[in-house]
Amino acid sequence: MAFTAFSGTAQAAEPAVRKRSPIALLLLLPGMFYLILFFVTPFFSLIITSLQEPDPLRFGEFNNAFNWQNYVIVIETYWEQGLRSIGFAALATLFALLIGYPLAYFIAITLRPFPLLQALGLVLVIAPFFISFLLRTLAWKQIFATEGPVAGILSSVGILEPGTAITGTAFSVVFGLTYNFIPFMVLPIYSILATFDLRLIEAGNDLYGSPATTFRTVTLPLSAVGVISGTLLTFIPAVGDYINASRDFLGSADTTMIGNVIEANFLVLSNFPAAAALSLLLMAFILVLVGFYVKRSGTEDLL
Amino acid sequence: MTNNDVSQGGFAEAGADLELVGISKRFPGFTAIEELDLTIPAGSFFALLGPSGCGKTTTLRLIAGLEEPTTGRILIGGRDVTATKAYQRPVNTVFQSYALFPNMTIMENVAFGLKRRGIKNADSLAHEALQLVELDHLAGRKPKQLSGGQQQRVALARAVVNRPALLLLDEPLGALDLKLRRQMQVELKDIQSEVGLTFLHVTHDQEEAMTMADTVAVMNKGRIEQMGAPQDLYELPQTAFVAKFLGQSNLFTGDVVTTAKSSIVVDAHGTRIEVPTDRAQRHNGRITVGVRPEKVTLHDSAPKADSSRNVIGPGRITDVSFSGVSTQYEVTVPHHGAISVFAQNTSISSLHHDGDQVWLSWSVGHTFGLADEAEGEPVSRFHADLDTSMIAVQSRKDLEAELEEA
Ligand SMILES: Nc1ncnc2c1ncn2[C@@H]1O[C@H](COP(=O)(O)OP(=O)(O)OP(=O)(O)O)[C@@H](O)[C@H]1O
Ligand SMILES: [Mg+2]
Repeated sequence: MAFTAFSGTAQAAEPAVRKRSPIALLLLLPGMFYLILFFVTPFFSLIITSLQEPDPLRFGEFNNAFNWQNYVIVIETYWEQGLRSIGFAALATLFALLIGYPLAYFIAITLRPFPLLQALGLVLVIAPFFISFLLRTLAWKQIFATEGPVAGILSSVGILEPGTAITGTAFSVVFGLTYNFIPFMVLPIYSILATFDLRLIEAGNDLYGSPATTFRTVTLPLSAVGVISGTLLTFIPAVGDYINASRDFLGSADTTMIGNVIEANFLVLSNFPAAAALSLLLMAFILVLVGFYVKRSGTEDLL
Repeated sequence: MTNNDVSQGGFAEAGADLELVGISKRFPGFTAIEELDLTIPAGSFFALLGPSGCGKTTTLRLIAGLEEPTTGRILIGGRDVTATKAYQRPVNTVFQSYALFPNMTIMENVAFGLKRRGIKNADSLAHEALQLVELDHLAGRKPKQLSGGQQQRVALARAVVNRPALLLLDEPLGALDLKLRRQMQVELKDIQSEVGLTFLHVTHDQEEAMTMADTVAVMNKGRIEQMGAPQDLYELPQTAFVAKFLGQSNLFTGDVVTTAKSSIVVDAHGTRIEVPTDRAQRHNGRITVGVRPEKVTLHDSAPKADSSRNVIGPGRITDVSFSGVSTQYEVTVPHHGAISVFAQNTSISSLHHDGDQVWLSWSVGHTFGLADEAEGEPVSRFHADLDTSMIAVQSRKDLEAELEEA
């Protein structure tokens, strides 16, 4: 599947061993079993749920059916949240790339002569994971609060009307998404750049390529695999994220994303078919998008 | 400072001369280049020879601008380029490690430098360069799909295609077989003399250095030991290192006993060896003199006294290796160790055998006197290893002394 683009080491991979052996199949068994149990089964159960219709007598109960209109209804009802999810996730991916690439470059290449600093840099990128994702997002809510430091400073300089909220805006949600997914952008790019042969940059400079030109023609194309992995690893979870946009965290009713809608349908409205249909639509959308993206960026050519 | 000759399209019309003034390069804890002064006139083919790790690549990197000198200045065509960046220097390098761009085809690799300078017919020039190295048929491939020797030729084409005023070649032919190597040598020499470019060629192959270059410099431990025309360097080496590194030499060490106007005489373990005064670097005290193996003649009996020849003997032949045109003998002479002799196989009867007793003689005019004294052991080609083993021996001695004291 398209997910080969995820593995940073794929670049170094040798051509696959052609010979099939029964041992290889045997070794695959546990993995197959796992996939069937934890992926295929829920997947089919989700499909069945998404086609159910409400029980005419008992409220909150659903019967198996082939009620495909569920899909039409959820698209009609939630298209706005869907588009917003894509927009927010795309923005967050873009910002994460703009911040993450230079950071990965700095750690992998600028710090290469200093292995200790390099290790420290990596630890700092991963360090936020040591604290719960929820706590960190809540912390940002405090920081962005109307009485918080950011609002205080901005209003004292006159950029912000006193009393205006920062949380609950598109800005705070995109900010939260970017912040939370930056490590997923940095790590794959870092893993590619860490093995990048610096002599190629020297060769580029020697052949009249300025640092900017050499970066554009040599370094960037050779780290494209990392960028593709990083953008996918950021975009996919960001589209379905329901924490940042939740009104308990950085969002509000105006920033609801598709993840929040699914959550609400499952847990609050108990409209299981709608939630299942939305989940499947989201999954289909991501699959199509990833397939298209990987094909367009020609990863085969980069490997 | 903006650069003119590089960014404006067009090729160097002629080579530029290169001048290194008081260059030194120190890495943390290691001095790679010490006080290097070097002038390479425009349009010359300059070869840099030396053992592994002596600082050849470092010298090229300094000139290319990939490394900053600790002290000193670099002038190309009279212009001080010490402070300019690599991409602004009118210099191209054939890298020892090739450093081909793996994301580009062979064609794109070769056209890279031309495109950066906005040269119009980059593609056709690149094809020409590829034809020169006989790889035009592989233009569409990626570097990974080429053999080592093919990659090396692409690296050569990628640098040569730019016709830089100064071309730096770091062992550009090392991975090629003999035939292709000779062929590329001829091509390189043609390109160089056609446009009158300046070539700085680093090689391990002394034959290559001597046949191709106008000037050869022998480098050792970050210094240039001697430089000059190939014949001069070969016929009149000035240091033991050069005498041993460039070709073979038989060296004898002794005190100067007679000093005359035209020649001096050295007493080496009772053997008198005469050296013309102008062929000796030092004229008194303890000095080392030598002679090349092909200058030495073998005799079955003690040769008649002749004031124009040095004679050593008798000794015994300990090794004979026949190589067609010539035969190499190892003759062991008491106090002098093994002496090499190359004899042309002009007649069958002149062949000597293992164990034969022989005398050796050579013309006084072929003797050379060195500036330094030869060590007892032959000069290692890997001085770094020698150094580490010496350090190890020294530290062991220190340790033993310490233990004895305790
Ligand atoms: N970045 C560096 N840091 C420390 N020492 C270095 C560095 N680069 C080179 N050296 C040392 O400087 C010395 C000269 O290296 P250089 O690459 O110039 O050798 P060379 O003459 O080209 O050898 P070879 O013929 O094997 O290519 C070597 O002893 C090497 O270990
Ligand atoms: Mg080298």
